[in-house]
Amino acid sequence: MPWSKVLQSWVPQVSILRPGWDFSTTTSLLVALAFALPCAGQAPAPPPQPAPPPAPRFVVVLDAAHGGDDTGAHLDSGQLEKSVNLALNTRLRSLLAARGIQVITTRESDASVDLNRRAELANHAGAAACLSLHASESGNGIHLFASSLPPAQPTRFLAWKTAQSPWITRSLALAGAVNSALTHAGFNVTLGRIPLTGIESMTCPALAIEVGPQRDSDNKITAEPDNPDYQARVAASLAAAVLEWRSDPSRTEARQP
Amino acid sequence: MIPRYQKILLVALLIVSLGMGIELWQLRDRAHKRLLAGETTSPTRAPEVAPAEQATLIAANDLDNSLLPQMHSLPLPADPGARARAVLGRLLDLYAAPDSTHPVPGGAASVAQVFLMPAPGARASNPRAQLAVVNLTGSFAASHPSGLETESLTVLSICATIRANLPNVTEVRFLVDGQPRPTLAGHADLTRTYLTAEALPSEENKP
Repeated sequence: MPWSKVLQSWVPQVSILRPGWDFSTTTSLLVALAFALPCAGQAPAPPPQPAPPPAPRFVVVLDAAHGGDDTGAHLDSGQLEKSVNLALNTRLRSLLAARGIQVITTRESDASVDLNRRAELANHAGAAACLSLHASESGNGIHLFASSLPPAQPTRFLAWKTAQSPWITRSLALAGAVNSALTHAGFNVTLGRIPLTGIESMTCPALAIEVGPQRDSDNKITAEPDNPDYQARVAASLAAAVLEWRSDPSRTEARQP
Repeated sequence: MIPRYQKILLVALLIVSLGMGIELWQLRDRAHKRLLAGETTSPTRAPEVAPAEQATLIAANDLDNSLLPQMHSLPLPADPGARARAVLGRLLDLYAAPDSTHPVPGGAASVAQVFLMPAPGARASNPRAQLAVVNLTGSFAASHPSGLETESLTVLSICATIRANLPNVTEVRFLVDGQPRPTLAGHADLTRTYLTAEALPSEENKP
């Protein structure tokens, strides 16, 4: 049925109220009302202001390494690395969330997650920082690693295995911020650049953070990586580093690729 | 009917054959005894010992995540593959020592073989470039401590030590018991080709 017939079937009921009104008068009234109602009660519209730019998203990806069948290292305390990583992941996620930072984790349970899947999650999030958490029985203090890939100019298409290349400079800057926060908290920190298979596919400033035992001047272990107090201090320092990274003005330059 | 003289001849030939066989057996036995009597078990030629040479070992330190060169004097064979194996054996002996700064059990026996072949990745730019395939033992990989730092230091120190002593080796690949293996002990990737030029730490490689 055409729309004019529908309108005609409804208009006579209205016209009964005001004898003498015909179909065209009622139609004109309805059209005028339709335009006038949205503007009713409004002051004259000011000239349109440009909308403020949306605040840039600040997302942190936490990657608790290993999980499931991949247990990682067997620590001297009997704990498995995958469990220690997950515990640190949970602590750090809580601290960051409490500071209003959006956190995405690659695993929340003892699940096996492929390295490629972890990189996919990080890349999809468009993260401002990607932290891969590890634990080890060797060394002294915290070991920070960035990928050993050479820096490269961003291109439209990135090779999966070297997608980290355009982000290397920012990853090194992130390593500097984390190193500064950890050193300020009194941790012994070592820095290095090594081949990192999962991280080299991530398109974000990315680091591998390995928590080793804390040792005294006689090289004697004073805190194991699964020590709750030690983990709490490490998590607090990492949270402080992320906050510092959020306020780093040069950080946003890294979001170009 | 065989004539009688033929029967006599046949028996005579059999007796002669038997006698010759016995004589031959005795001659062989005497010759063997004479040979044994003349043989001496004393060494007549000294084994060839390669002369001791200075080798550079790039040793790892877990405490500061460093790779530092050390000079050692050890016999080095002329064959490049055996030379690489000897140098790596000494490096892993250092790691197996009680006071090691990078404790890894196993020692020299952990390097089963080192094969050298033309490097496929650098054939055009450097025709003399070589690829070293280091075949580690399964027991070494099984007993290696697990961790990003410790595994990476082992792999990088092996690559850097090979480069320091065999400059033509530009690439290194790893096998474990002759087979490819995903990681050394859960972290260091053993499926990739390592470039020896990138193994040595440099200032620009530091974060």
